[in-house]
Amino acid sequence: MRPSPSWLLQLAVTLLTAAFLIIPALQSILAGFTSNYFRGLSSGLTLKWLGEVWDLYAHSIFLSLWLAAACLFFTLVIGVPAAYALARNPGRLSRVLEEFISLPLAVPGLALALALLQLYGSMSGFRTSWAFILVGHVLYTLPFMVRAVLAVLLAMDLKTLEEGAATLGAAPWTRFRTVVVPNALPGILAGALTVVTLSIGEFNLTWMLHTPYLKTLPVGLADSYASMRLEIASAYTLVFFVMIVPLLVAMQWASDRARRITQ
Amino acid sequence: MTLIIKNASKTFADGTHALRPTSLTVGPGEILSLLGPSGCGKTTLLRIIAGLERPDPGGEIRFGNEDVTRLAVERRNVGMVFQSYALFPNMSVRGNVAYGLKVRKVSKAEQTRRVDEVLALCHLTDYANRPVTVLSGGQRQRVALARAVAPRPRILLLDEPLSALDAALRDSLRDELAAMLRQFQITAVFVTHDQVEAMSIADRVAVMSKGTLQQIGKPEELYRNPASPFVARFVGNAMPMMGQREPGRLILKGGELTLPNDAQPGQAFVRAENIHLDPEGALRGTIETVSFSVGHYRLGIRDVTDDILIATHPGRQAPRPGDTVRLRIAADDLLFLVDKNGQTT
Amino acid sequence: MAHRIFVSVCLLPLAVFSLAFLALPLVRLVGASVEGPDGWGIYLQILQTRRYLQTLLQTVLVSLAVSAAALAISTTAGLFLARNHFPGRGALLSILTLPLAFPGVVIGFLIILLGGRQGLFNQLLPGHVVFAYSLTGLFLGYLYFSIPRVLLTVMAAAEKLDPALEEAARTLGASSVRIVTDVILPGLAPSLIAAGAIAFATAMGAFGTAFTLATDIDVLPMVIYTEFTLSANIAMASALSVVLGLATWALLLVARSFTGTTVAAGG
Repeated sequence: MRPSPSWLLQLAVTLLTAAFLIIPALQSILAGFTSNYFRGLSSGLTLKWLGEVWDLYAHSIFLSLWLAAACLFFTLVIGVPAAYALARNPGRLSRVLEEFISLPLAVPGLALALALLQLYGSMSGFRTSWAFILVGHVLYTLPFMVRAVLAVLLAMDLKTLEEGAATLGAAPWTRFRTVVVPNALPGILAGALTVVTLSIGEFNLTWMLHTPYLKTLPVGLADSYASMRLEIASAYTLVFFVMIVPLLVAMQWASDRARRITQ
Repeated sequence: MTLIIKNASKTFADGTHALRPTSLTVGPGEILSLLGPSGCGKTTLLRIIAGLERPDPGGEIRFGNEDVTRLAVERRNVGMVFQSYALFPNMSVRGNVAYGLKVRKVSKAEQTRRVDEVLALCHLTDYANRPVTVLSGGQRQRVALARAVAPRPRILLLDEPLSALDAALRDSLRDELAAMLRQFQITAVFVTHDQVEAMSIADRVAVMSKGTLQQIGKPEELYRNPASPFVARFVGNAMPMMGQREPGRLILKGGELTLPNDAQPGQAFVRAENIHLDPEGALRGTIETVSFSVGHYRLGIRDVTDDILIATHPGRQAPRPGDTVRLRIAADDLLFLVDKNGQTT
Repeated sequence: MAHRIFVSVCLLPLAVFSLAFLALPLVRLVGASVEGPDGWGIYLQILQTRRYLQTLLQTVLVSLAVSAAALAISTTAGLFLARNHFPGRGALLSILTLPLAFPGVVIGFLIILLGGRQGLFNQLLPGHVVFAYSLTGLFLGYLYFSIPRVLLTVMAAAEKLDPALEEAARTLGASSVRIVTDVILPGLAPSLIAAGAIAFATAMGAFGTAFTLATDIDVLPMVIYTEFTLSANIAMASALSVVLGLATWALLLVARSFTGTTVAAGG
């Protein structure tokens, strides 16, 4: 097949787009290892900046990991049973409820943060604790968990499966544990990876909800972009990439797998 | 338009031989059916004729005198009815049927005239302006056919045109489709795995198995003179009679059959409709199963030969499981077949 | 009726959480917006204040431009990748979807690396090419954010298109250009509308990118942020948030009626 002009044009668009996306990311990786970015690579490679990032921001990284784990716990506890209930009652009310909890996907994080601040901002114990940021993260990631699990549950004949278990003598809680959850696992896995990925990268809500003593990884990133030298900012970005990219790959793999199951 | 296929074969990138070298000719206006189980290469052959697949080097497809082997599908002027119908959901019935004329830049007036004509032939006039998404299965199938024939293709290709319909509809649409195809007088090739469909629609049937053409002929020929055990089994469900062959007779578990003097060598086969219950019959067997099917009983009989034999019994009363019965099989009704290409029968 | 009770119990944590942290705060947000001296008149005030209106217009225009550009680029690249298989395709696809998990702040930084004072372009062509802190920078940042999302939506939709449709068009004599305009784009239309709407809504509400670029460009989220933190004009910040939230939510609701699936947004 001889490539036609339109084929070459499409190839060019695709390659240029990829270049636009990857070049600055590579720049930032490179800058994180370069002794002096302005003098270029000739200034030599170094791990010094990564060391400084560790000194300056290690607590932010650990806070983000801790928040992601807590966020995962709460989205599981709240989201999985809710998805099950929504799947068993596929009525109008369920649609409305699903739509409502999906609001944080549509309404900008800034608006949600303002809303939370105005209602709970005066409760200083809560306002200044990590739990306040956690609420924001759960709020934002919960719809992803519910939808991922719901999609898998709706794709199977949940009612018949449960009726089968019931005729064999299983009570509701037993059915939930032994039939519902095991069958929903692909969706739960996809949802869990999405929740962790999004929680670690969340900025819009967190920026408004955080306090100077509670900086998450992305808040620290914004901080470094504003006040640190370019090499440190780059090195910190590099740390972020190293954490987020494997999660993203795993998330896409799990989501594809869940989608194949639902088809 | 005569369709000539010479030595067409297809090997896929992963090394599977979907189609072994195959040659056949379809005469002008003839309707040929490619019949076989799934994976026999019939759809691959159809897609090679359409130009959706390219045959391996050495294969050749001719439409009349023109060699179209290297001609791109969109320039080949074939009509194709897809298994899923592949109707364009963003267009009305009329839009779908007119599409082939539109891309050929046929004048608007001519488009309207031809589309109206084809819609009438396919009993679709009343649906012309409906979206295709609201049509029933049978209507969709007619739209797909109308769309394929509107540009007056040189060859019409149909890929399992009835398989997307439910059983009841399939039966009634089969004869309708046969009548419509005859009306168009276009050389047509259609693929099916259903022997009844193949036999009732086609002028000739090509039976395929494992990428090879097994036999090609009129439906009656295939039924009466199958060339191989595979064809005998696939067309008319012939059953093997395992036993010991001696000059002039066949010794079975349940008795002896006298064979005609001119009986061919090979394995004996018989069909259910040729096994009769007869107290004077030469064979003896035991009824294993009895079921009632439209208008007749289906009897499963054991101990006549190694496998269970199925017999159709048109009588008003049937024997019961466990009964011992005597059976008659006319010597003329036996088929003697040798497995030439070493396939499992 | 043990089953009904059990199902209700399953819904309870969700109900409590979303009542406490979603429903009540949103009510409070609307309440706070009308606590100023003008009461509900504050919404009228938005329409009468030149600065807010200009911000609104500017935000809508940037978002529209981003959606259009992201749709054009991602549809081209997405269809190309969905329909062609060649060595390196997998790597290309990974590069194009990698930024899915990058928050707006990081993307802002990446744009600075490209077009900032010390950016790549300014190093290659010194002195003239600083675009990161302008509307162009913002546009590129939002585009960076949207391309992977639209691309994945387009590719998922392209995979679902029945290949027989394209084959049918070919047997009827259609050229490849006609196949794209007559069969593929109409088939993708619902997904394209949905993806465009998501790109638009995310651009409307994006905060991190604008924040990192630290521009003087008035886009709605930045104005809300400054009203809240610098001017302490809580009522106006709340009112603008309500307007922004309602607009993006309504838009996505309409878009979602075209297609059920949407690709995960992200911080």
